[in-house]
Amino acid sequence: MDKRAWFRNTPLALALAAPQLLLVLLFFYWPSGAALYWAFTLEQPWGGGNVFVGLENFRTIFGDPLYWNSVGRSVVFALASTLLAMTLGMLLALAVDRRLKGHAGFRWALIWPYAIAAPAAGLAFRFLLSPEAGMIAYLNHSFPGLWNPIVNGWQAMLLIILAYSWKYVAYNFLFLLAGLQSIPKSVIEAAAMDGARPLRRMWDLQLPLLTPTIFFLLVVNLTDSFVDSFGIVDLTTEGGPNKATELLVYKIYFDGFKGLDYSGAAAQSIILMILVIALTFIQFRFVERRIHYS
Amino acid sequence: MIERTPILDIVTQLILLLGLVIALVPLWLVVVAASLNLQEVNTSPLPLLPGSHLIENLVSVWQRGDLGWKLFNSMLVATLVAAGKVFIAALTAFAIVFFRWPLRMLAFWAIFVTLMLPLEVRIVPTYAVAANALGPLQTILEVTGLARLWQLATGVELALEWNLLNSYTGLVLPLVATATGTFLYRQYFLTIPDELVEAARMDGAGPLRFFRDILLPLSRTNMAALATIMFLYAWNQYLWPLLVTTDRANYGTAVMQLRQLIPSMFSEPEWNIAMAGTLIVMAPPLLVVMLMQRWFVRGLVATEK
Repeated sequence: MDKRAWFRNTPLALALAAPQLLLVLLFFYWPSGAALYWAFTLEQPWGGGNVFVGLENFRTIFGDPLYWNSVGRSVVFALASTLLAMTLGMLLALAVDRRLKGHAGFRWALIWPYAIAAPAAGLAFRFLLSPEAGMIAYLNHSFPGLWNPIVNGWQAMLLIILAYSWKYVAYNFLFLLAGLQSIPKSVIEAAAMDGARPLRRMWDLQLPLLTPTIFFLLVVNLTDSFVDSFGIVDLTTEGGPNKATELLVYKIYFDGFKGLDYSGAAAQSIILMILVIALTFIQFRFVERRIHYS
Repeated sequence: MIERTPILDIVTQLILLLGLVIALVPLWLVVVAASLNLQEVNTSPLPLLPGSHLIENLVSVWQRGDLGWKLFNSMLVATLVAAGKVFIAALTAFAIVFFRWPLRMLAFWAIFVTLMLPLEVRIVPTYAVAANALGPLQTILEVTGLARLWQLATGVELALEWNLLNSYTGLVLPLVATATGTFLYRQYFLTIPDELVEAARMDGAGPLRFFRDILLPLSRTNMAALATIMFLYAWNQYLWPLLVTTDRANYGTAVMQLRQLIPSMFSEPEWNIAMAGTLIVMAPPLLVVMLMQRWFVRGLVATEK
């Protein structure tokens, strides 16, 4: 990565890098360190600072059925929304990439949902899928109680999955289309000359060449489902009914800021950090070995 | 390449139409719901064509949610985040690519690692830093004993405090403290030919002059892409503004205000007002994506990969 020509002026270089380094130290490294400190200590009930408690906070969390409930819900949410958003995004990207008439217009409009803030999408879906008004409430007239995410946990889960995936279909579509369009035309044409029909080319050529993008998106989708879901949950189900949609970040927020259990929230943050780092690490490992086809 | 695939073409068009329906129908229904009156909005299924109360509902939610001020806050924060990011990331990448200095690689990795942990997973301790941004320095001084020394020397107890809660600084700075952008600039700077640097130096240009007159103009496309994507990112923030502002009347952002629009169980379900608010809050980022899609796509693909 080194350049042959460079400037020799260490004080200036430090001054240039200083603003960002300071910000990163203050708002990234210090908080991450503080999370570690809190996770291994416990505040005294009558003041006097924190005492070191070792793995006690983690033991408390792992022994808490509510935590495991939250883990389970998060996994269901992550897998379902990723699967849904990836499948639809892939179908749409393959369809647009065929460049039929009007594909530019489709490409333009299919990206729009990604612009919407998660809480706004959440509020819109809360209304559209509400049991009293909106789009499917009329089903409840014919079949009373058929759809009610306010009392039915799994329907509430479905509601947040739909609202969240709606946004991420657009995201996946965008990246998959960019990936498809970076495959050289000559490769596709060569396959066509060999008599491969479009579906065969999609399956045997485009999908395999797209694996790096797909893998990248899987990791980002899973990570974002932990991170970006807060706004949706807070505006639709608020973790309910009966904690059926209490995802991990939502629980951290509640334990930390409503329950004022900093140590418990910090320990949960650490576990989530490890999870996210592991996912990112897998991605980096894979990106290093990724296929180059240009 | 000419191929006749009539059946597949029909299937393709159907998939595209279905995708369009999924993408746009919720948006359309928000517009429709925002244009109905209280009674109409609570009939199910919703009418598919807008009613006549759009302006009335928009005005009502604008006043009730104090959206003028909230939108101004969002605009200010998003612009500051975008500008700050574009500028600071460029400076850092410049220092890392075009200079040789000790610990250069360490600085690069220290910044790069921050890509791994989004703000949301370290939200509780970041909040503590925002409550007193000088707290870390205070702790360092106490642990190293310098605080005691200060007390002995001056007789005044050292208590540094800089509270970022309920301030634009608090809303903006933590969002700027990420590696997004630095990496983008770095990748781009690495493709700039060495000859350009050599020529500039031969002409007597110092590093700052080279940065201002050559590097920045060359990076214009990257800056536009980065600014677009950071603007959307900041505009759509929810959890951080929620925590860092308790004085919602003065420092609340537009997206936070959506929470106030959820109809409560004990009053009339004014979904028309709620959807009018949703429409206003989602309009600016939507316009950015509609009108500046080239920059948006470029920024997204470039910053995330």
